[in-house]
Amino acid sequence: MKQPRKPGVIPGFGLCLGYTLSYLGLLVLVPLAALIIKSAGLDWAWFLHTVTEPRVLAAYRLSFLASFIAAGINVVFGAVAAWVLVRYQFPGRRLLNAVVDLPFALPTAVSGIALTALCSPGGWIGGLAAPLGIKIAFTQLGVIIALTFISLPFVIRALQPAIKDLDPAVEEAARVLGASPAQTFLRVIVPSLAPALLTGFTLAFARALGEYGSVIFISGNMPHKTEIAPLLIAVKLEQYDVAGAAAIAVVMMAAAFTLLVSINLLQRRNLHGTA
Amino acid sequence: MEPLKPSAAGALPRIDTWPRKLLLAVALGYLTLFLALPVAFILIQALAKGWQAYLAPLRDPAALAAVKLTLYAAALAVPLNLVFGVAAAWCIAKFEFKGKTALIALIDLPLTISPVISGLMFVLIFGLQGWLGPWLGGHNISIIFAAPGIALATVFVTLPFVARELIPLMAERGKDDEEASVLLGADGWQTFWLVTLPGIKWGLFYGVVLSAARAIGEFGAVSMVSGHIRGRTNTLTLHVETLYNEYNMTAAFAVSSLLVLLALFTLAAQALISAREEAGGRGEIL
Repeated sequence: MKQPRKPGVIPGFGLCLGYTLSYLGLLVLVPLAALIIKSAGLDWAWFLHTVTEPRVLAAYRLSFLASFIAAGINVVFGAVAAWVLVRYQFPGRRLLNAVVDLPFALPTAVSGIALTALCSPGGWIGGLAAPLGIKIAFTQLGVIIALTFISLPFVIRALQPAIKDLDPAVEEAARVLGASPAQTFLRVIVPSLAPALLTGFTLAFARALGEYGSVIFISGNMPHKTEIAPLLIAVKLEQYDVAGAAAIAVVMMAAAFTLLVSINLLQRRNLHGTA
Repeated sequence: MEPLKPSAAGALPRIDTWPRKLLLAVALGYLTLFLALPVAFILIQALAKGWQAYLAPLRDPAALAAVKLTLYAAALAVPLNLVFGVAAAWCIAKFEFKGKTALIALIDLPLTISPVISGLMFVLIFGLQGWLGPWLGGHNISIIFAAPGIALATVFVTLPFVARELIPLMAERGKDDEEASVLLGADGWQTFWLVTLPGIKWGLFYGVVLSAARAIGEFGAVSMVSGHIRGRTNTLTLHVETLYNEYNMTAAFAVSSLLVLLALFTLAAQALISAREEAGGRGEIL
């Protein structure tokens, strides 16, 4: 019996894998199947009509556009924040690093009402913006703000390990060899951080697409204007239109998966390209 | 051109030049605006009308019922997903098998699905027009618009957290210790309790904290299956929504402040554990 390094020496594989698969099957695959079978059973013409109604198309457009802008904002500012958090020494750095995850930890409904009250004309930020003629709450700008908030940690958390791995000696070499700070940044730093940036962007974008709680308060939910796609699913369900809700849900999910898979493939190609 | 700093590990540059000051100012401004401001706002609004006005909505029977329902859902979801997470991490981290990547992706799935869609999926199974709806109706069992549906949705959305904490941790620790333990005659349970568990207890603890925080704070998924009956099927977050929609701002922010405290506790737990990991030579984030 005592063969050292025999691969099967640790017990429990069958039990754990069996339990894991049954649990996942029951709690993830069956519900997922319910959604897919429900939408597959729908009349095709009706399905198409439901998911291409002008109100639905407007919601998709807002969801995708606002999520894209929010993820973009987080790429720019998240990159600065991640850089500062990894590279600089200043008082309060640990504390700041810890609070980055706040949007994950704070319930979305709580974030939603706080952002709404802050940005409405009587709030701290809305009050400052109102004299300038800028309305934030109950506009598409509000949707962008909420989505920026909830997807804030992704870019920072994706970038931090990559920045840590970046050897400052490489930047020094670039500088010593005569590159300007701008050249060093564009030719040395950005390319080595690009994969992590893309990952962070994608995660932020995907999360923002599906977000519900923090948006529905600040958006005001006006049809064709400030309705996001997840809200439409909830609205359909409230009207007992379960089939309509399922149809919109399947389209949203397909879009999100296509996005995640294509980014994944792109990353892999990049990896093979440089290897 | 500014003088170049030595690149010794641990010797981070001070903020001494204007580009660095600018970067720090941008980072601080961005994080303060988006993170500190909302939290400060909630706490100030909650206490704006004094302690009496703050405590009254917390003593309200509807709020207490919401706390009870929330804790019921969390008390079901956390232990279930704790056991699942340990089992999943054990087979993924300690064994090689085909389809491992797919299995990990499946575990992560609840994180990538919109909470609204997560809730909808359970309505499609247990709802009136769902697969089991007619049967459940015939036997007078209500799952959707009742506590069991809320618990189910909560189990679904918190499913990945313990597993996600444990898989990298257990994979990194390798299987030498467990192999030695088994070869020295310990059985599987002894090996787990005495050899594996001491090494993963902090990751496990953090996974539980994350699951509990998410279970208590979940909104979208439970909102789809709850029915929003005040004092009956409202969880804490749904109760906040109800209060807000009734324009009862002080009460909404007072109840929210409880959830803010929970979030701050979660962040503190994470900071504590990552400090321990750094001290132990493990600097991995997320």
